[in-house]
Amino acid sequence: MDELTLSDELAGAGGVATTDVAEYALWLGDDALILSQQLGWWISRAPELEEDVALGNIALDLIGHARSLLHYAGTASGRTEDDLAYWRTEPEFRSAWLFEQPNGDFGHTIARQLVASVYLFELYSRLRASSDATLAAIAEKSLKEVDYHRDHAVQWILRLAGGTDESRRRITVALADVWPYVDELFRDEPLIDRLEGVAVRPSTLRPAFDDVIVGVLSEAGLQTPAGFIASGGGRRGSHFTTMGYLLAELQVLARQHPGASW
Amino acid sequence: MSAPGASAEPWPLWEVFVRAGRGLSHVHVGSLHAPDSDMALRNARDLYTRRNEGTSIWVVPAEAITTSDPDAKGAFFESPAGKNYRHAVYYTASEGVKHL
Amino acid sequence: MTTPADLTAVTEPSPDERQFDDLIAADSRIEPRDWMPDAYRKTLVRQISQHAHSEIIGMQPEANWITRAPSLKRKAILMAKVQDEAGHGLYLYSAAQTLGTPRDEMTEALIAGKARYSSIFNYPTPTWADMGAIGWLVDGAAICNQVPLCRASYGPYGRAMVRICKEESFHQRQGFEILLELMRGTDAQRAMAQDAVDRWYWPALQMFGPPDDASPNSAQSMAWNIKRFSNDELRQRFVSMLVPQAEVLGVTLPDPKLRLDEETGQYEMSEIDWTEFNEVLAGRGPMNAQRLQRRRDAHEDGAWVREAAAEYARKQAAAREVAA
Repeated sequence: MDELTLSDELAGAGGVATTDVAEYALWLGDDALILSQQLGWWISRAPELEEDVALGNIALDLIGHARSLLHYAGTASGRTEDDLAYWRTEPEFRSAWLFEQPNGDFGHTIARQLVASVYLFELYSRLRASSDATLAAIAEKSLKEVDYHRDHAVQWILRLAGGTDESRRRITVALADVWPYVDELFRDEPLIDRLEGVAVRPSTLRPAFDDVIVGVLSEAGLQTPAGFIASGGGRRGSHFTTMGYLLAELQVLARQHPGASW
Repeated sequence: MSAPGASAEPWPLWEVFVRAGRGLSHVHVGSLHAPDSDMALRNARDLYTRRNEGTSIWVVPAEAITTSDPDAKGAFFESPAGKNYRHAVYYTASEGVKHL
Repeated sequence: MTTPADLTAVTEPSPDERQFDDLIAADSRIEPRDWMPDAYRKTLVRQISQHAHSEIIGMQPEANWITRAPSLKRKAILMAKVQDEAGHGLYLYSAAQTLGTPRDEMTEALIAGKARYSSIFNYPTPTWADMGAIGWLVDGAAICNQVPLCRASYGPYGRAMVRICKEESFHQRQGFEILLELMRGTDAQRAMAQDAVDRWYWPALQMFGPPDDASPNSAQSMAWNIKRFSNDELRQRFVSMLVPQAEVLGVTLPDPKLRLDEETGQYEMSEIDWTEFNEVLAGRGPMNAQRLQRRRDAHEDGAWVREAAAEYARKQAAAREVAA
């Protein structure tokens, strides 16, 4: 590509974050990183080759968001995106439990994608108006990509729900399995009070999220799941049980070679 | 060994045409498999425009394409031969005259 | 078939055959609806589907490191590369399909263990440096093989290869840069890089196939303009590109006999040990079983998803019919 612009690699590069903004950037960056890490596993394992490519694109978009956000978070403490991704311990991560849910079967991955992409779409839509120029720029770039992720998830929800009896059964189970982790996404933490105008207050996203979800699920002829609500706690460093394994895999090589560059 | 679903109908084949930029025609780039046109479009986007190659995509069911009969190609494409006067280079007397 | 017409065809080519031969002689292209000899069609289906399978199986050795890539940039690059391979497999399946063999038939043959793919992908990738060595050596050898295929006489194959070669230009470079970074790094990183080069060098040279005097199908493929250069020519060309690159990297190519013959301009090299190659080809390589099992699992685990989407499409089409 002649018109290749290398600056695209990190959206919104240039600003320096305050401690609180950095903490917020970690919320968003860790969500994107963990989801990308999970989706990357599908490449070479998807139900059809075309879907290897589709999930690969989504994983690539997300790692792009993660890099921009972690890069920005790192400016507050003089750390790089890789310092943050590879050298933090589990309690230092800020991802929500939804993103930490295992891939499961393709239905579980799609159920998680639906929740994640609808949430991220609403979030980035509003974050574009952030008074923090870097966050606003990252949101602007990410929104268009997340819009496509949402479409991808919706298309698959419709097909799995409206396909065979087996697929309908599986997607119903998958949605029920994922639903306990929806609530945490919309919880306001004290950090949000300190970032008025910078961060998006999570609780304000819930009505729009519910509208979209109800619309999609009713088109698919599915009930919105109800039942357990998990405690969550990712924003405060308390993670889902599978997180330790995920991080062990993510970090193993980098940690065998402290100080090495790759 | 018979895999579950091995006997199921495979997804149909779609031919993909991509417009590389405004002012250009859609050009055939290849094919792919998809269950329906919505997914075919999305798969085409993921497969054939990963490097900014397109601004617009057509997908067409491969079975909907009618091809001219290859056995009759002589007869089918013979007519333009011998009609060089359809091409500007045929007119040599006006060579060197500007704006022609 | 031994009809009289066929017997006469041996001595006097039919108009179809004459046209095919003329097109080949003029270095033109054969297109899907053209008449072509059965053997030409068979050779192409075999070669293109093997090539497609190689791209698909070839995703696995590298996918092995996606979740463990040591930096986020490397992780992104690796994902993009493995994803490209899925794309390349798809381009090739679509070229093979124009010859009348549906993709599901090729997939079935692959997972049943009846189809071949490049033996190189039956080797394991125990270290990160393998990502570098695969890019530099395996993709490097593949590109050497593939660039001439852009001019293959079968149109759809050539066009698929043009697209693939264009996209693959980054694959070899990223591998080279992984090794370069390792060679500039710690002792452990340098050792990791050299070890990977030691393991991949000979298998990469074997990718060009047996020596010319032991390659029975090559002559016919060259006559048909499917293959443009002999196995040994391509191998020689590849080694001559590697030597200066290895110097830049600071790695040693594991062949003590490797040296440039100033007179001929050709590299002399040790005899390739084909026994190992033949073992791997015969299904007794380190990873043959695992590679196929993984492909079979993905196919079987995904069956319900593919069926669901097909069923949904049927229902939608039926609903549209009722509405119309």
